[in-house]
Amino acid sequence: MGKLTIGCFSSLVGSMTLDFAVKLAEAARKKGHDVDMWLSGNGTMLSKKGQRSFKDYSSLEKTITGLVEGGANVTACEACAESRGYHKEDVISSFGRKSMDWYLASCFSADRVLHIGGE
Amino acid sequence: MAIKKMAFIVDKLPYKSETSRLALTHAIASQTVEIHLEDGENVEPVLAFIGEGVLNCLRNQKASEAYGVTTLESHIKNALLTDIKVLICEEDVKNYGLTEEQIIMDAEDIGADMPSELVPFSTIMSEMESADHILYF
Repeated sequence: MGKLTIGCFSSLVGSMTLDFAVKLAEAARKKGHDVDMWLSGNGTMLSKKGQRSFKDYSSLEKTITGLVEGGANVTACEACAESRGYHKEDVISSFGRKSMDWYLASCFSADRVLHIGGE
Repeated sequence: MAIKKMAFIVDKLPYKSETSRLALTHAIASQTVEIHLEDGENVEPVLAFIGEGVLNCLRNQKASEAYGVTTLESHIKNALLTDIKVLICEEDVKNYGLTEEQIIMDAEDIGADMPSELVPFSTIMSEMESADHILYF
């Protein structure tokens, strides 16, 4: 089995890009691959806890928390999160918070990198 | 010794979105990636501007005065200061009617030795082909 690193730079609300990335991560985990997800830029919105579920908007907190419980590693860019007012206490507790070099290190050891850019 | 080459490809406009800024900050983060890696391992970054992305490379940017944010120019110069290879697509510079004098070709003013390079797109393609991973911003 391999390791997949997915970089997500798109926002939770406003596009379906994160939905796609999370579905991809789920599929990879089901096949037994290791998955690292890096949330940067507007993608850090996914790390915010307390997301309220509306039918009109993407709601991924439950799905992504389950993914982490199942062994995926989800880490948000600390600077990107802080600049948006998502402080440590606002972030889903099982998520990591690191600097950008963590993403590059994850890419280093990945068999494949899917870098999904922002809007 | 394991070195992995990562190509950071930028084709987004400066300031319209955060994307090109994130490309630069992630590329510059390669300078500290070693703390997460084993001895002898490292990342070799290559930063290339193509399409609309070449507009990130304009000299004399005023974003710090207009918006109070750091300019993409200062980030590109910091990349050069940290010896990151910076490539700018020659054809796209010409397409926008720009000249070499209007483009950030060095960062000597902050002590960088490495200049940026105006290169044909084929050179950027070669860099992408030889990269272990492509990060397309």
